[in-house]
Amino acid sequence: MSGKADDYEAAITPSASESVATFAERKGALSRVQHALHVNPALVPLFVLVVSISLFGLLLGSKFFSPFALTLILQQVQIVGIVAAAQSLVILTAGIDLSVGAIAVLSSVIMGQFTFRYGMPVEIAIVFGLAFGTAIGAINGWLVAVMKLPPFIVTLGMWQIVLAANFLYSQNATIRSQDIEAEAPLLQFLGTAFKVGAGEDGRGGATFTYGVIAMVLIFGVLAYVLGQTAWGRHIYAVGDDPEAAQLSGVNVKRTLISVYAVTGFICAIAGWALIGRIGSVSPTSGQLLNIESITAVVIGGISLFGGRGSIMGPLFGALIVGVFTLGLRLAGADAQWTYLLIGALIIGAVAVDQWIRKVSA
Amino acid sequence: MKKLLIGTAFAAISTAGSAMADAHSVSACLITKTDTNPFFVKMREGAEAAAAELGMTLRSYAGKIDGDHETQVAAIETCIADGAKGILLTASDTSSITGAVQQARDAGLIVIALDTPLDPASAADATFATDNFLAGELIGKWAAAQLGDDAANARIAMLDLAVSQPTVGVLRDQGFLQGFGIDLADPNVNGDEDDARIVGNDVTAGNEEGGRTAMENLLAVDPTINVVYTINEPAAAGAYEALKSIGRENDVLIVSVDGGCPGIQNIADGVIGATSQQYPLRMASLGIKAIAAFAADGTLPENTTGKDFFDTGVALVTDKPADGVESISVAEGTDLCWG
Repeated sequence: MSGKADDYEAAITPSASESVATFAERKGALSRVQHALHVNPALVPLFVLVVSISLFGLLLGSKFFSPFALTLILQQVQIVGIVAAAQSLVILTAGIDLSVGAIAVLSSVIMGQFTFRYGMPVEIAIVFGLAFGTAIGAINGWLVAVMKLPPFIVTLGMWQIVLAANFLYSQNATIRSQDIEAEAPLLQFLGTAFKVGAGEDGRGGATFTYGVIAMVLIFGVLAYVLGQTAWGRHIYAVGDDPEAAQLSGVNVKRTLISVYAVTGFICAIAGWALIGRIGSVSPTSGQLLNIESITAVVIGGISLFGGRGSIMGPLFGALIVGVFTLGLRLAGADAQWTYLLIGALIIGAVAVDQWIRKVSA
Repeated sequence: MKKLLIGTAFAAISTAGSAMADAHSVSACLITKTDTNPFFVKMREGAEAAAAELGMTLRSYAGKIDGDHETQVAAIETCIADGAKGILLTASDTSSITGAVQQARDAGLIVIALDTPLDPASAADATFATDNFLAGELIGKWAAAQLGDDAANARIAMLDLAVSQPTVGVLRDQGFLQGFGIDLADPNVNGDEDDARIVGNDVTAGNEEGGRTAMENLLAVDPTINVVYTINEPAAAGAYEALKSIGRENDVLIVSVDGGCPGIQNIADGVIGATSQQYPLRMASLGIKAIAAFAADGTLPENTTGKDFFDTGVALVTDKPADGVESISVAEGTDLCWG
């Protein structure tokens, strides 16, 4: 048998021309790229991220390509990043959550007001804030899963309700950073910063905050959960085809409710991180978090139709937005250019998503 | 018997009705952007107090959020139908609302724009507002005086409101630069100045988060910034957090505009150096009195001499008074603050 194979090889070798070999190789490389993108959709945003960092690095030199500026981007995207992680879970189930930002802000207001208005121990107030976010998420999930209402409508309504409740409850009053620092520093815990490689005077160098680490941890945990646990696989299954998932024994309702509840919980953590970032408790912050998180998720290559995408994508998506914002700012461009380019990126990301799907199909 | 009863009831109601009409013959409307912002809450307090004093009826309306134009239009229509004598209005959409305002004026109401001038300002019968340019000028002069000779080498960050450059943002920004002694180029545009002392302009949306991010961005451009102009006190608080994170909170001068209570407290704590305080309560109570005067004999309020609006006053609040710049202390500012 081996002899026969040898004969066959020998027979075709002389007839194989150079051009055919090149063609076959090119096709192989392209399909390898297509395959890689299909298996891991986060590669596209990662590529864009690396290219944009290099581009701004070349353009702006050490001003941008410094530990200080690069870690500054991490700090600036931490809130959007955490909320985008939460948003990804809902979008993977083919839903959308417009109430994420409002939940984050009201959770932070609850943490602050429970401490300062009712004199609660700050730990308890934080637990209440986190529980509140989870509860609102669970209500969203119940309305979507059990009442069968469209996620867009449910969370559109919840967004208004939570935002109005936020202003009514807080009376739009800010709790000042100095008061929090003096009486309830735990509220600012996620804003705690530590520096790596700073100069003698404590300036420059890489600066990380606990909030940034929390963001990375949340993405890490979600990546594990989505890839390695039954619950994670169920999320993909429900997003891909809820009926097929139901028939395969997945409890679709419970999965959906838990996804929205976890989303609410992560948003409440974002609210806590928000206090750390801005120092104060401010009911007017985070108004655009829902749109910004959806932007990060879409640029991160998660399909809005559900069931497809890598959780690391939105992290890269949020970072891309951060890189463009700071890079263009340092380059002295009008802030409008940032929005224009982000808009182009969103459309580009969806186009690439469609292209990958078409090729692989 | 039944008829008699009904008749008596009618009589009672109509007497009560006319009695009410006698006591509250003049009614006025207050329409604000929202009813949650402490600035507008204070405005409503001022209007309510003045109305009670003059025996007027006040109805208050507010948009659901800042920018909620439709609710404001509906409120104007309600006021016309209600037979109000006048409307105090802080418009969300200063140009689109002029149609509804004209309707009210045609119906014989006096319309006074509070805090925010309409576009064009002449669309209202009068404007009662803070002189925002002067507010900026005061903090600019103060900052220059604090720096003394170093003002020539200042590194200035300008934290503005929004990329669309709303009037209030431009007036405060340009006022500050004028007060600091910087050539304005076009006084209607932010960011077109070519003075090398200005590191850059960025936008904050007037909140803490925006203030922090904008400050970080400008610090990345130039870490030696030592003067920071901010559109309002929440943005200033955010900028302070950014400076604190790199250990520079004590060697940078932050100035602001507004005069809210948290902002004044931040001056006492050394977060903000000085702020220009505005007076929403006074705006509203003067507005109600103007409506009462109009209802009595048709007199229209007159503008402050030399300005195209009625200036409701502004005062510089600081605990470090500078020569040649009039200011009030933090204690006085706290008595007058809102929110």
